[in-house]
Amino acid sequence: MSVTSVVHAGQSTRFVCRSYMAAVLAPKPPIIEWVAEIEQKIKDAGHLFIGPPVVLDLAAVKLSQSAIAHLVAQLEERGVRVMGLENADAASTGVGVPPLVRSSRGIGASGDLAQSQAPTPAPVPAPEPRRGIATLLVDEPVRSGQTIFFPDGDVTVLGSVGSGAELIAGGSIHVYGTLRGRVMAGSDGNTRARIFCSKAEAELLAIDGHYLTADMMDKGLRDRAVQAWLDGNAVRVAALD
Amino acid sequence: MAKVVVVTSGKGGVGKTTSTAALGAALAQIGQNVVIVDFDVGLRNLDLVMGAERRVVYDFINVTQGIAKLPQALIRDKRLDKLALLAASQTRDKDALTEDGVQRVIASLRQMFDWVICDSPAGIERGATLAMRYADTAIIVTNPEVSSVRDSDRIIGILDAKTLKAERGERVDKHLLITRYDQARAARGEMLNIDDVLEILSTPLLGIVPESEEVLRASNLGSPVTLNNSNSGPARAYFDAARRLMGEDIEMTIPTDRQGLFGKLFGRRAA
Repeated sequence: MSVTSVVHAGQSTRFVCRSYMAAVLAPKPPIIEWVAEIEQKIKDAGHLFIGPPVVLDLAAVKLSQSAIAHLVAQLEERGVRVMGLENADAASTGVGVPPLVRSSRGIGASGDLAQSQAPTPAPVPAPEPRRGIATLLVDEPVRSGQTIFFPDGDVTVLGSVGSGAELIAGGSIHVYGTLRGRVMAGSDGNTRARIFCSKAEAELLAIDGHYLTADMMDKGLRDRAVQAWLDGNAVRVAALD
Repeated sequence: MAKVVVVTSGKGGVGKTTSTAALGAALAQIGQNVVIVDFDVGLRNLDLVMGAERRVVYDFINVTQGIAKLPQALIRDKRLDKLALLAASQTRDKDALTEDGVQRVIASLRQMFDWVICDSPAGIERGATLAMRYADTAIIVTNPEVSSVRDSDRIIGILDAKTLKAERGERVDKHLLITRYDQARAARGEMLNIDDVLEILSTPLLGIVPESEEVLRASNLGSPVTLNNSNSGPARAYFDAARRLMGEDIEMTIPTDRQGLFGKLFGRRAA
């Protein structure tokens, strides 16, 4: 096996993706009554909402930016600190209110693939509920602009990954097709994660945040079957054939 | 009950409106009842390409708002009695279209025609997603060129997410229509060749429409190319594509403009 590698040590910018657990509060109209309910709940079981980060799921209400800011302030007065908003209009978010967050829910397809409301069958199947080695199998091409986020383990794609698509996995990433997009393996700090593909035209390869862009990769490896792994702080790439 | 087809692309200027008109006219000439619907509110073109711009009284938005009834807004083509047009509004923009309004109009059109062909605007925002929302079938128009191919890939992903069919766990039938194909340029490597495009997009091919001056000629005359010059390369490609859409199995070729004797003698290169 010939080893051709590119070493780029000492990068100060790293892509790090982590998922955190947050409690979710879902306001329902009328807001005033709901806030009163929350106040009561805090008296009963405050430790559930005071301390851990809280995300507000705004799917059931239509609030303007100032209304959201007001609600967040009211909750803050009662000791509930809101760190993110879910299912809010992009128009009502911005400076002055917490940022929009997207839940991963463990199934891990977001962007165009996410069906966050009803349990409709998403094109991406759920992982096996086992500890340790969870694998997400995607049996069709990943299209430009789609994001697959699977922090629980490996991602395997039976098909190509389009230019402008993103795969983010806690484990390794295997693409049985042409890899044209961006892949980030070991997103949770797994330095032993690897990236494999049948045909390398990747825009970006990253393992545990250390990355190589297309420009930084050896031109001789383009269009070949390759694997990438982490050697210290450097991503190394070698042909598989 | 009709088939609802969306003609979409992501990228602008690749031939959606041209193809909608050409395919609509081809299907009508084969005997099908066809309505073509312009979803590009504010930048409407389908009426121009069909030569109907001076006959637009009521448009799509008027119907969704209840200002006009659907039969009042439908414009029958003067040349093909099985072809009708529902024009877009030029004075509003895409936010004026409501999902509910579109749903009602498409439902009514389904009852009246065999084919409802929706000409999508470019982009991936509301106009494009509304045009595709109720589609059974999608035709993705692509030029053999890198930007167009990537944008088509994006729109294919969106077809699998934002359509009613996708939300119900079903699939929109997707077909690729390659337009403005120039064999000589592809051979010189100036343009992607068909295999490259198919490899990247992994979608069945409906047809290959060659680059040709006939398209602009027809457009300027306000006639779809399949009506204006049905022997030209693009027209024959569109007729083949229309037949494949109806389920016929036709060998995939890239038709060239048929030249008369003088054309051959004086050597105008066919597209």
